[in-house]
Amino acid sequence: MATIKELAQRGDKLSPGHRACAGCVPIIAFHQVLRSAQGHVVCGCATGCMEVVTTIFPYTAWKVPFIHNAFENVAATISGVEAAYRALKRKGRVDKDIRFIAFGGDGGTYDIGLQSLSGALERGHNMLYVCYDNEAYMNTGIQRSSATPFAADTKTAPAGKVHKGKKQFPKNLTEIVIAHNVPYAAQASVSHWKDLNRKVERALAVEGPTFINVLAPCPPGWRFPQELGIEMARLAVETCFWPLYEYDHGVRILNYRPKEKLPLSEWTKHQGRFRHLHRAENAHLLAAAQEEVDRRWELLVRMCEQSAGQK
Amino acid sequence: MAQIVALTGNEAVAEAMRQINPDVVAAYPITPQTELMHKFAEFHADGLVDTELVLVESEHSAMSASVGAAAAGARAMTATSANGLALMWEIVYIAASLRLPIVMAVVNRALSGNINIHCDHSDSMGCRDSGWIQLFSENAQEAYDNTIMAVKIAEDRRVLLPVMVTLDGFIISHTVERLEILEDQQVKDFVGEYRPERYLLDVDHPFTVGPLDLQDYYFEHKRQEIEAEENALPVIEEVSRAYGTLSGRGYDLIEEYRMEDAERAVVAMGSTCGTAKVVIDQLREQGEAVGLVKVRCYRPFPYERIIAALTKVKAAAVLDRAVSFGAKGGPLYGDVRSALFSNNGQHSVKVIDYIYGLGGRDLEEDHLHKAFADLKRVVQTGRVEFEVGYLGLRE
Repeated sequence: MATIKELAQRGDKLSPGHRACAGCVPIIAFHQVLRSAQGHVVCGCATGCMEVVTTIFPYTAWKVPFIHNAFENVAATISGVEAAYRALKRKGRVDKDIRFIAFGGDGGTYDIGLQSLSGALERGHNMLYVCYDNEAYMNTGIQRSSATPFAADTKTAPAGKVHKGKKQFPKNLTEIVIAHNVPYAAQASVSHWKDLNRKVERALAVEGPTFINVLAPCPPGWRFPQELGIEMARLAVETCFWPLYEYDHGVRILNYRPKEKLPLSEWTKHQGRFRHLHRAENAHLLAAAQEEVDRRWELLVRMCEQSAGQK
Repeated sequence: MAQIVALTGNEAVAEAMRQINPDVVAAYPITPQTELMHKFAEFHADGLVDTELVLVESEHSAMSASVGAAAAGARAMTATSANGLALMWEIVYIAASLRLPIVMAVVNRALSGNINIHCDHSDSMGCRDSGWIQLFSENAQEAYDNTIMAVKIAEDRRVLLPVMVTLDGFIISHTVERLEILEDQQVKDFVGEYRPERYLLDVDHPFTVGPLDLQDYYFEHKRQEIEAEENALPVIEEVSRAYGTLSGRGYDLIEEYRMEDAERAVVAMGSTCGTAKVVIDQLREQGEAVGLVKVRCYRPFPYERIIAALTKVKAAAVLDRAVSFGAKGGPLYGDVRSALFSNNGQHSVKVIDYIYGLGGRDLEEDHLHKAFADLKRVVQTGRVEFEVGYLGLRE
């Protein structure tokens, strides 16, 4: 694990001058992940905000080898890169140790990219897949994805007079990944950067496919002031909407248990996409969201306690 | 010393792949391609190749992994048919526009919602404008030879484009034929080693593949891709001659069969050319001046060669094993007529089209006899009674 001074001193793998929005948290997540990765890396990224803002030809923000293929296939693409690495290393045509990181947003991972991710995990390619979950199709203008929270207002599931935002609760992608029997998977947040740094280091040290799901607040999509990005990430953790936990070789470990679990409204009240939840007539929706957060949290705590017993 | 063997078309391509020994192969099953990858997987299991075999979860991922592998610096190959090719369509375009020299066998099969697993060319035709080079094979021997040549063509610095080598599904893929195969070392020497100028695994020279390419530059990149495809014509001729020297089997962009003094000709691709040759020999025995123009290289389309071959005859029938719905006739017909029109209209060739063999329906010798008889009537009357006809269709 690195100190903040050490992290700050490491050369950036992403240059300044990219075109991310002011207050963009996904780009902060990328910086944190890349500064945590030491040694040679080759990166891939699915189509989405991060690919668009870092690679407008003839420029690139990437100081490491980078490939973008399409929206739904970064896991399959990096599978091919990693297979090439194994072939060429065996033939003596590549002499360096290289690690592979695939990045995808929630749409490119939870939805259209789930198949290629599942295939890569099942085959066991030696790569780290980082999902930057900003909870909607932000690059195309804030459409709901299966990662979008219940009742959130988006352009395709707006909070109207009859339908009040997204009807479903978010897919639990991290547990879907764990069900592939991967050696390591985790959830992380930019607000807890030490935890994120340690997780990236661990993921890259493990042989085989590893996965880190990073919550990545989006100021225009979630509709909060751009200076509050880190705070939105922190509150998601403190309300237990976004548990920080990891799964390491069969053992689930809860990394953070808030001293005082905050009500979900402490997180939702700052965001325009949830404004309608704070009206009296929609109190039942906020209650349903809270109930689901509590249910998932209690289930996770129990699973981690049982895991601890198996250690 | 060539070895004579009996192999199906699928086995012949797998054998070529074994000899090429690619760095990465991505595989996913689909009839009638499947046995090709079965055989290659056996070679892999027996340690006869040191390829990284990536057994992907879909054809979309097969092409995606091939793109990743080729961009990383590996020689990458894959194979598919029909719906599998359609599923990877998006990435087929990406492979060409990223200028990656991937080689893919396409075992032709009907692409349709009333599902069919037998031969037609609708799958290859769906990709003809994607920027890939497309080589059609007449038989197992050509499938084997084309696969070896495809690697050298794809990786030529003047080209750097992916290549599809086609085999007619079941007709070539599953039929055992006699063929000659080269020695392993001859193939390895012919294809050489893949040494890309820039590749992702060269971490000391990092670069970005597949950036966002907007109005400022996109058009120039397309122009470069257009020129690469045009450059492929002389490269294919060159590689084909070199392969002829090595194997004794010369190839060209097209093959003219008994065209020296032909008055009438058929234009065809794939296994049908073999049937056409049999019928032409029969008709020649009866004193009829008939011939065949076989299109081996379909993309890039050999316009000049088609013009030279067909302006010698009075009438020609194009045989299309695919439909261009809404267009007149099939895709090959459209290209042939375009070629003749390009000749400043300076020709008197009457051209008609036949659509045949869809969904694997057999083309019989009688059908070709009918086509040549129709052409004879065109020559005698000087009039084209129909522009598009059908062979073997109940009406």
